[in-house]
Amino acid sequence: MDDAGATSGSRTFREGGTEERHPDPTSFVSLRINGNTHELRLDNRTTLLDTLREHLDLTGAKKGCDHGQCGACTVLVGGRRINSCLVLAVTCDEPVTTIEGLADHDRLHPLQEAFVARDALQCGYCTPGQICSAVAMLDEAAAGHPSHVTPPGRPGAGDPELLTPEEIRERMSGNICRCGAYANIVDAIQEAAR
Amino acid sequence: MPTNSPPQVPAAPEEDTAERRDAADRRDPDARRDAGQKVTGTARYAAEHTPPGCLHAVPVPATVARGEVTAVHADELLRRPGVQAVLSHTNAPRLGEAEDPTLALLQTARVPHRGWYVALVVADTLENARAAADDLRIEYATEEHDPGPPAGHPGLYAPEEANGGHPGLRERGDFDAAFATSAVRVDATYTMTAQHNHPMEPHAATAWWEDDALTVYDSSQGATKVRDVLAQLFQMPRHRVTVVSAYVGGGFGSKGTPRPQAVLASMAALHLGRPVKLALPRRELAAVVGHRAPTVQRVRIGADSDGVISALAHEVVTQTSTVKEFVEQAAVPARTMYTSPHSRTSHHVVALDVPTPSWMRAPGEASGMYALEAAMDELAVATGVDPVELRLRNEPDTEPDSGRPFSSRGLPECLRQGARLFGWEGRDPRPGVRRAGDRLTGTGVAASTYPYLLSPSSASAHAAPDGTHLVRLAATDIGTGARTVLARIAAEALDVPPASVRVELGSSALPRAPLAGGSSGTSSWGWAVHKACTALAGMVRAHSGPLPPEGLTARADTAEEAGRESPYARHAFGAQFAEVDVDTVTGEVRVRRLLGVFATGRVLSRRTARSQFIGGMTMGLGMALTESSTLDPAFGDFAERDLASYHVPVCADVPALEAHWIDEEDPHLNAMGSKGIGEIGIVGTAAAIANAVHHAVGVRLRDLPLTPDRLLPHLRA
Repeated sequence: MDDAGATSGSRTFREGGTEERHPDPTSFVSLRINGNTHELRLDNRTTLLDTLREHLDLTGAKKGCDHGQCGACTVLVGGRRINSCLVLAVTCDEPVTTIEGLADHDRLHPLQEAFVARDALQCGYCTPGQICSAVAMLDEAAAGHPSHVTPPGRPGAGDPELLTPEEIRERMSGNICRCGAYANIVDAIQEAAR
Repeated sequence: MPTNSPPQVPAAPEEDTAERRDAADRRDPDARRDAGQKVTGTARYAAEHTPPGCLHAVPVPATVARGEVTAVHADELLRRPGVQAVLSHTNAPRLGEAEDPTLALLQTARVPHRGWYVALVVADTLENARAAADDLRIEYATEEHDPGPPAGHPGLYAPEEANGGHPGLRERGDFDAAFATSAVRVDATYTMTAQHNHPMEPHAATAWWEDDALTVYDSSQGATKVRDVLAQLFQMPRHRVTVVSAYVGGGFGSKGTPRPQAVLASMAALHLGRPVKLALPRRELAAVVGHRAPTVQRVRIGADSDGVISALAHEVVTQTSTVKEFVEQAAVPARTMYTSPHSRTSHHVVALDVPTPSWMRAPGEASGMYALEAAMDELAVATGVDPVELRLRNEPDTEPDSGRPFSSRGLPECLRQGARLFGWEGRDPRPGVRRAGDRLTGTGVAASTYPYLLSPSSASAHAAPDGTHLVRLAATDIGTGARTVLARIAAEALDVPPASVRVELGSSALPRAPLAGGSSGTSSWGWAVHKACTALAGMVRAHSGPLPPEGLTARADTAEEAGRESPYARHAFGAQFAEVDVDTVTGEVRVRRLLGVFATGRVLSRRTARSQFIGGMTMGLGMALTESSTLDPAFGDFAERDLASYHVPVCADVPALEAHWIDEEDPHLNAMGSKGIGEIGIVGTAAAIANAVHHAVGVRLRDLPLTPDRLLPHLRA
């Protein structure tokens, strides 16, 4: 987390000094989310996911497991995909983009459009995480990051030609869909990547 | 895993009409109705409504396998900041009699199994509630527990009925004599571990009381049913309870019956006089929301040398809990599938000190058709008859068990079309001979079936003067596409464009409707919608001049239609084909291709239907290869309780996957001519994959899932 810079990050500081017997379990947190700054007093134990869902009414990020195992809570922090259930809000010092911040007003993000067009969802509970994950995944691929299935010696998958269905499947395997929409999710991502 | 397996069978011809249809479906411009809300994160699920003053509840599961709670040290926690209440059997509101004993929560000190909820902590924040729940000290008097296993257990008994009201035992002819004299005999026993539904949205509810009325946002497959049950438990008239299940993050049967979250949240809200929100933690779901029970299935088939079956026995041993009897009806599909003049289909069950099984996608069919279809593959090998041809040779004229004619039976066409699309013809039947490097490749086929079920439903249809229409009923869209398909049914009956029809569903305040389950939602709700809209169309036609300002409304109820006994055996059918690679070094099975063809009456919404089929097939892949659950005898509870240990398929597990269907006209169903599609996709998939694994490696493995540890001892790199 090094590229957010001082201007868009958040500040956390402890209120009430350093009393030993009853340390204040809360902090003031300033979070930049979808372009808006939110100043909150939060229990230090509050995850970024619970901050979004319970304090900011941004319920697009879903709680599927609360243990970083399902990906339903995926959001972008500093442009990278993370499981927001595994991040404490007080440690979050880079700008956050959630599913609610992807569309440009009424114009859906190309991945959102492709998910609709390919019916890449059923119950919809994993969908915001899938889409946020796919946004960052396409950036990773474009930046040439290799995956487990990238053949050795290949310069990553920066070339869209190299972003095969198998590459997409591998790179999207941190997001579980129990309805089984994977086949359509891969189609949707391929479509959006073109 | 390395990639690019050599093609073992030719690809389906490009010109094939089904393939072209497939491409057309993908371009279907009529998108899923709620897709916009779901891709923007604006669809709100049960825990995403926060009334002012809402508190957070966290349940506390029992840590012993059997016994009684002797002390709940709530006082220690109540002194903590933020903790509002600790509910247990000592102070929780008394409930009326629970028809479903798994809902008699916090009523007695009894612990019937580990994971059973013994307390509920309510606090001002989720963090405070969770910490207090973690710290709550509970003392137990433990008793010796019986975790099974069921096979050979002295407590096994033959239940009167299995799930779905099917008789536990059916016999025709003289199985033993016919089997003994058959030219070819297959006698094989198949097992599978428990499987867990694990919908992505954990079971959640938000409840509040206002003026003696209860409102609950609940993650359920049927708001009407939950409303009725809550009214009974809290002993109040139904009209004072409202249950909303507008968006539901999957259920797969686990939300088909009311679950603890709705009862616990309502109790806590009543106790404290404030709204309470509760989402069951993922790791607790395995013990409290049902699961597919583990089964041991013995299948015996006696046939002549041409593979024609004369004797068929399917005998199932399974388990339930001491809380209630649930019997996975795995022997039931054998009563429908094949010619079998001499037959025995039976269930035996034992009640153990373990979590209570329940519905998981295609209960009975998914488990039973794994065993039956694997046994059919063994018969194919034993007789040397091609597996597709073997099934065609055993097509019955009437349903073997009931003697009734089939209203339609598309199995032969599904098999033939699937074989063509998959490139089955010319398959080399020899097992274990297709090796490329470290990998062995094989193909397999299995049949699918699911009964046509129907429940009474009601609906209203309204025509407004501005030319729009509103259809209302308490249906639930758990991801099946109910909003989309009901709008289509309404538009067709009204003869108006679908865009003019709005569908309001997901609340018990709407006209009474059955749950989304048994693949019966579209048929049950759709018939009521069709009937209401047909009546409305008549009213509009009879009306002269512009519609009155309040519009016209028609109401319909299908109690009479749904109650009619049909003289036909009504089932959906399908055929599934799989190609697998087995890595002889790691023991890993990778599915390369999966293709299903289904016969489900008239398909009403092509796009959402396809998604249902491929979704079911994907879950079937998990059943075959990844979803393993261990019942720990020390605790009488499941060991794999989270998504890091219970492996549902991920994207990398799922290959190119095709679902097709045949056009099936069946006049004996309902106004739309539809059968159910939500469950048949999972039926037969595991057998097709397991049969392909046998074809690949030449060893018959009869225990699901086929994880590497089970394969490795049989492989030579």
